Amino acid sequence: MDRALRRRAGGELRDRFKGATAAVCGLGGLGSNIAVSLARAGVGTLLLFDFDRVDVSNLNRQQYKAAQVGMEKALALAENLREISPYTALRPHVVRLTEENVPELLAEAQVICEAFDRPEEKSMLVNAVLEKLPDAYLVAASGMAGLGSANSIRTRRVAGRFYLCGDGVSGVSEETGLFSTRAALCAAHQAHMVLRILAGEFDV
Amino acid sequence: MVTVNGTKADIAGMTVAAYLASAGYDPARVAVEQNGAIVPKARYDAAVLNDGDSVEVVSFVGGG
Repeated sequence: MDRALRRRAGGELRDRFKGATAAVCGLGGLGSNIAVSLARAGVGTLLLFDFDRVDVSNLNRQQYKAAQVGMEKALALAENLREISPYTALRPHVVRLTEENVPELLAEAQVICEAFDRPEEKSMLVNAVLEKLPDAYLVAASGMAGLGSANSIRTRRVAGRFYLCGDGVSGVSEETGLFSTRAALCAAHQAHMVLRILAGEFDV
Repeated sequence: MVTVNGTKADIAGMTVAAYLASAGYDPARVAVEQNGAIVPKARYDAAVLNDGDSVEVVSFVGGG
């Protein structure tokens, strides 16, 4: 598998990815897709965070199976990732990230993906990472609900080590839900930015 | 003048908290960068926007 990935990515990139640790915070439509992409790309270590369990309503867009309904998401996703990519080191955490535990639980990660659902949680994580983890890169997301144009999902660099993916405005509401395609598009933007950062390409 | 999200605004002298309130932002849903550095939430009441500052307010919407 290492030889196959080496041929695909090139030796130097392969080594960078393999030596890297990325954190995925929230394992829903964004996080589960981000983790699958990063595992397939050969990122060596993934820290997976979610306090919740797989619900039947998640199956329309998240990388779980019907048989996993009721399982903790972090453990269910780790199970699926082990089947996809047995040589990725996985650290699943069934825990709610808070301002207080972020510095310790995310200390090892070079790049952190914010993939939460609620805007208050997104804000908490972004602020905690930027305030307390001065060396980490952060790739967050805002605005991927509904069936708006795929082309309105984009990545921008807000400042320094803070990147933001999404259309910035399409939130979940009574009328607007999340669709597998647009959530996956936004997740791919996030995962792609993680790979670019690990490759030393810091522009969007 | 202060540049907020790329647009010039006459808000020099205001605190971050006062600006967020006047512009209708929910402080629990934002991240604020002033000249490329994060403004800690605990400092919103004290941090003053200065003439020539460049400010980014990211307001998060739900979904993930």
